[in-house]
Amino acid sequence: MLITEIKPKEEILAFLKEKKSIFVIQCYGCKEVVYPFDEIQKFLQENSINYVLQDYLCNHEYSKEYINKCKEQIENAEMLLIFSCGVGVQSFSEMLYNNTELKIKGKKVYAGCDTLYVNGFQGLTATEPNCAQCRKCHLNYTCAICPITSCSKSLLNGQCGGVKNGKCEVDKEMDCGWEKIFKKSEKMKDKNCVLDEKIHLHDFKIIP
Amino acid sequence: MKLKKLFDDGKFVVTSEVGPPKGWQVDKLLHETEIIKDKVSAINVTDNQSSVMRLSPLVVSKLIKDRGMEPVFQITCRDRNRLALQSDILGAATFGIENLLLLTGDHNKLGDHPDSKPVFDLDSISLAYTVKRLEQGVDLAGNKLDGEPPKFCIGGVVSPCSDNLDSQISKMERKVKAGMEFFQTQAVYEVDKFIKFMDKVKGFGVPVMVGIVVLKTVGMAKFMNENVAGIHVPDNLIEELRKDKEKTKSGQTGMEIAAKLIKELKPYCQGVHLMPLGWDDKVPKILELAGL
Repeated sequence: MLITEIKPKEEILAFLKEKKSIFVIQCYGCKEVVYPFDEIQKFLQENSINYVLQDYLCNHEYSKEYINKCKEQIENAEMLLIFSCGVGVQSFSEMLYNNTELKIKGKKVYAGCDTLYVNGFQGLTATEPNCAQCRKCHLNYTCAICPITSCSKSLLNGQCGGVKNGKCEVDKEMDCGWEKIFKKSEKMKDKNCVLDEKIHLHDFKIIP
Repeated sequence: MKLKKLFDDGKFVVTSEVGPPKGWQVDKLLHETEIIKDKVSAINVTDNQSSVMRLSPLVVSKLIKDRGMEPVFQITCRDRNRLALQSDILGAATFGIENLLLLTGDHNKLGDHPDSKPVFDLDSISLAYTVKRLEQGVDLAGNKLDGEPPKFCIGGVVSPCSDNLDSQISKMERKVKAGMEFFQTQAVYEVDKFIKFMDKVKGFGVPVMVGIVVLKTVGMAKFMNENVAGIHVPDNLIEELRKDKEKTKSGQTGMEIAAKLIKELKPYCQGVHLMPLGWDDKVPKILELAGL
C-alpha cells in the first residue's frame, strides 16, 4: 500500500451503475501508510455496500488463499471494486486472471483509489506490477495493467505501431504493455475492460 | 488543397514522401521533389524520421509549398509537448499548410540521440483531438485563440499487416472518432492480409492509402522482417530480389515489385502512398508501370 486517496465519488458511482452484485475489497496492509479508511467507510455506508478487508493484497500467498476462500462471492459478483494502491489492484487482478480454480477467466476489477506520489517509498511488499503513483489511476480502462509503467511511451490511448511479435520497439525482450492489455481483455471476453470513449490525457500538474 | 477534397471527388490519390536532410541545405531535397512534383497529389515531409535528428519538417513543408507543391506535414509526439505541438500546428496554418499527418512517433532509443528525453505528452489520438480543438477556436487548455480558427485535413497511420491486427483496428477506429480523415498505411507486401484488413475497416468510411516501400536489396527486406514492426516481406519477393543481382541493383526489380503490388491492391483502397527512401527518381517509373 502506497499513499492513496478515494477516487471522486461520481466516478465510482458511474462504475457501480446498473451493477447488481458488487464485491468490495479494501486492502488494509501497510497500515502505517495513509489510507482514506474513514472516507471509504462513509462512502460504502451511504451507498449500502458491504465490504471485506484483506491484508496486503499485493502478497501473492495471502491473496491466493483469500481468492479461494471467497471463490463463490467473487464468481457471483458482477464487479469487484478494490480500494488499494495501484500495486494492489494490479496484483489482485493478475492473480484472479491466473487462478485456475475459478470458473471464469479473470474478472473485471475497478480501482476505487488514486495513488499519490511518495518520495523514496515503494510500498512494503515487492511485487512485479509497478505503480507510478501518478495520482490519476488509469487501471479502470486498461484491464488493470498500468499503461504508465508497462508502456515505454506511457501511452494512454492504445497501442502504437511499434509492436513486433508482442514486444516493444525499444527492447526485443520487453513485452508491449498494450499488447498485454488487449490479450487480457480478449481472454476475459470482456471488451469493456479495455479503453472507453474518452480521449485520455496525462495530467502532469498533479505529478510532483 | 486538402487531400480530403480529392477523396471526396472520387480520385485515386497518389502521394510520396521526402525526408529532410541532416543539415540546413536543401538543394538535393528540392531537386528530389521536383522529380515527383507532377506525378503525385501531395508530398509527405517526415518528422525526424526513425528518431534521427534532421531539419524541421515545418520548414521543409513551407519550402515545398512555396514551390507549388502540396505538403503533408508529419508531426510526431516524441519531441514536443502539447505547447510546442500546438504552436507548430498554428505555424503550419500561417504558412498555408493544410494537410497534417499525426503520429505518436518512434521511441528516442531507436534513433541517433538515444539519451534524449522522450516526450509523448500527447499521442496520435490526443493530438488529433487537439487539432480539432484548435479548429474550434480553442487550445487544448480551453483558452480562446485570437482571430479565425485554422482548418486542416488530418490523417493518421495504421499497420494492416501487424501481428495483432485487432488492437491496430481498435486504435484506427478511435483515430476516426477523434477526427482523422484519411489513413496512410505501413508498408504492405502481403496482398491477402491487406484485403482482409480493408474488409474489416470499410465500415469506418475513411479513405485508406496503401503504403509502398520500394525494396532495394535482399538485406533491406531481411532487416525489415527482423526489425520493423508491422512489415513482413514474403519469401517469394526476397527470392525475386535475389534472382537477378544486376536487375535488383539498378532498382528494376524493386520498381516492378512495387508496381505489381499497386496494381493488385488498387481495387481495394482509395490511394497509394509511396515511401521511396531516397529513390525518388524511381517514383515516376513505378507509377507508369502501375498504370497510374
